[in-house]
Amino acid sequence: MKRPLNELELSEVVAGAEVPLRVAGGGTRGFGAGDLSVAGISGVVLYEPGALTLVVRAGTPLREVEALLASEGQRLAFEPMDHRALLGTGGEPTIGGVVAGNVSGPRRVQVGACRDALLGVRFVDGRGKVIKNGGRVMKNVTGYDLVKLMAGSFGTLGVLSEVSLKVLPMPEVAATLVCDGLDAVAGVAALSRALGSPFEVTGAAIVGGQARVRIEGLAASVKYRSARLLDLLGAGWEVGAGELWQEVRDVLPFAARAGAVWRVSVKPSDGPVLTAALGVEHEAIYDWGGGLIWVLVAEGVDIRPALKGFSGHATLIRASDDMRAKVARFQPEPAPLAAISAGLRAQFDPRGIFNQGLMG
Amino acid sequence: MQMPEPDKRILSRKMQIVAQLQAVLPQGAVIHGEYETRAYECDALTAYKCPPMVVVLPDSTAEVSAVLKICHREGVPVVPRGSGTSLAGGALPTADCVVLGVARLNEVLETDYENRIIRVQSGRTNLSVTGAVEEEDFFYAPDPSSQLACAIAGNIAMNSGGAHCLKYGVTTNNLLGVTLVLMDGTVTEIGGAYLDSGGLDLLGLICGSEGQLGVVTEASLRILRKPEGARPVLIGFDSSEVAGACVSDIIKAGVLPVAIEFMDRPCIRVCENFAHAGYPDCEALLIVEVEGAEDEIAAQLALICAIARRHEPVEVRESGSAEESAKIWLGRKSAFGAVGQINDYMCLDGTIPVSALPKMLRRISELSEKYGLDVANVFHAGDGNMHPLILFDANKEGDLELCEAMGAEVLKYCVEVGGCLTGEHGVGVEKRELMFAQFSADDLEMQLRVKDVFDPDWLLNPAKVFPLQASAGRRGS
Repeated sequence: MKRPLNELELSEVVAGAEVPLRVAGGGTRGFGAGDLSVAGISGVVLYEPGALTLVVRAGTPLREVEALLASEGQRLAFEPMDHRALLGTGGEPTIGGVVAGNVSGPRRVQVGACRDALLGVRFVDGRGKVIKNGGRVMKNVTGYDLVKLMAGSFGTLGVLSEVSLKVLPMPEVAATLVCDGLDAVAGVAALSRALGSPFEVTGAAIVGGQARVRIEGLAASVKYRSARLLDLLGAGWEVGAGELWQEVRDVLPFAARAGAVWRVSVKPSDGPVLTAALGVEHEAIYDWGGGLIWVLVAEGVDIRPALKGFSGHATLIRASDDMRAKVARFQPEPAPLAAISAGLRAQFDPRGIFNQGLMG
Repeated sequence: MQMPEPDKRILSRKMQIVAQLQAVLPQGAVIHGEYETRAYECDALTAYKCPPMVVVLPDSTAEVSAVLKICHREGVPVVPRGSGTSLAGGALPTADCVVLGVARLNEVLETDYENRIIRVQSGRTNLSVTGAVEEEDFFYAPDPSSQLACAIAGNIAMNSGGAHCLKYGVTTNNLLGVTLVLMDGTVTEIGGAYLDSGGLDLLGLICGSEGQLGVVTEASLRILRKPEGARPVLIGFDSSEVAGACVSDIIKAGVLPVAIEFMDRPCIRVCENFAHAGYPDCEALLIVEVEGAEDEIAAQLALICAIARRHEPVEVRESGSAEESAKIWLGRKSAFGAVGQINDYMCLDGTIPVSALPKMLRRISELSEKYGLDVANVFHAGDGNMHPLILFDANKEGDLELCEAMGAEVLKYCVEVGGCLTGEHGVGVEKRELMFAQFSADDLEMQLRVKDVFDPDWLLNPAKVFPLQASAGRRGS
């Protein structure tokens, strides 16, 4: 495996590559062993807490990033998932891997996804050229937004070498309101009421039959908002205790369970309708107010046919090799979009060396 | 400012092209008379004007597609236009182009409070999107100053921001889906009523592409419930540096105001003379607004005021009522009008890291002296988005050029201190030639290649965003 230690070495490796490469960050997301690791390109370039800005090299372990931010009472607000438990992988998640996968957790409903916090990128394209886009400031409309394009491109357009992120202060306190025993339809309806309130809900999920609503902020504010939300949500809701969001973020209830895991993105109110229409034995965890569904099914079960008639898409997150051979990881795109995506890949990576076949 | 020479082969076929457009559009939707087209000769960058060859005002996505098919086949450049409020010349026509105005596409297609989303046609104005959901106490967050007039299509093209984006983000953070018509007439959907589009983030790429990749005819937008209340505090300082340090401390303290606005002395004076808002006469003034229920507002303002007092402010004026809030905002909101009343001005919108504010203001004041042009500074301090207003006299020969030269130096300095050329107005024609100050040839080449994918013939808004020389080999090929 090639393991460049800086951007220049990375560009030389890519320019000199004669065969396709699998790009890896921390290797925690089950894409198999890579041929090119970015983990050696590591370290913080700039951190300005007063400007809520962090610039960091792509191979920096997520853990280091989070520890640094915590030392100033700040955090990555988009709450990136740790895939290791669900996928049974080892390794150390890197910030570049988080960005490449646009990995975003429960707080997505309030603060946006990783792509919304991403201010700038540096990457090496398929010709070995170093490209920069965006920057380190929060408002920037200079030229095309390749920053968004790189977030969630899974290393198919270029290899990230550096990313700039908007960070946010940690709240003084957080509270979670819970309600057991709601079915999915009633649960999602309750989450919608909470998300449609003025109380700035930062998490809205249903896991293990329990609906959860999170509020964060100054202590007095969280107290006030909790009380108002309890009024709004009605009977059966109460203040929950303990760490309730890591299991949502990391899909922990499915970690030790056999079967394939799908990640489905739909209109929130469609969530329970879709799962009811699946027609196979399954379990579901609803996040993002019902708009993000984690579905556990038996190995080999393709749920995409059930998505017909719904607007949205499904990604196969965990599957056996056998299933992978038959079912695409990403939802096939309609023809015009597939043509544009293929066109972009051909421009960014004309020789077709990055993560061939991963996205289409 | 240079624009490409009009293509005589196109001009000579004008009536033939008009006839084809008339065949696919309703009566009155094709404008081609010498006088009538003048209404479209410029946008809000009024220094540059050029009547287009033809203007079309389609009523539907299907009509937009039909127009683009004709223009694609005939090799005619197309300049998409929302409401024409671009300050960067994004909708400036060329003499051989078809201006495609989306003004008649102004319907609300769907409001869905349960899923917190509204789907509108793209010609609808920004403020009327909020207007459509206000009765349920919802709003659409991005709020550019031109929101009364500007269209969602233009907001998407320029990825518009506004005063409240410190908390709510800009257009790209609030856009969930679009109906996009490609230059060859293909109609396609990207994203929808869900939070992440699958595959590559084409939605993120379209947003801010200045009408160069496709024409957006419909958009799904995130709507939010209005906060229970909002209240500002006004804080005056006798130095800009101290005001900057105060902004930084407020942000670090963990309160996230919805807006932090900054004005310098020249701006304060002009606004005060115009609006009589009762501003203190000081070097720098901050308006910090927070949201929430009454007690939450009080708690946040108390924290902010405590931080401000550590910086020895000359005045701290907390609003205690809706009337007092309106008075605090009055001067700031009338800033552009107030300056416009006394002078012609050019409004820049470079963004800088907040920490670079003091040296940026010093540099602007040096340049002001060097060029002999006055500058009033007003900006969104929370996110470093500057709005220096350079005053000049449009009737004085050479003054516009002098002003542009000074503006270019200011913007280059924004890049030098770690910022960018434009934070919310877009590049258009105004900042096109400065792009090499921010990007290397390889950086720009990658962006040019993106346009190659969507619009291989370079017919959509071709003379914008990129330095003319950089796009020369691709345009008109």
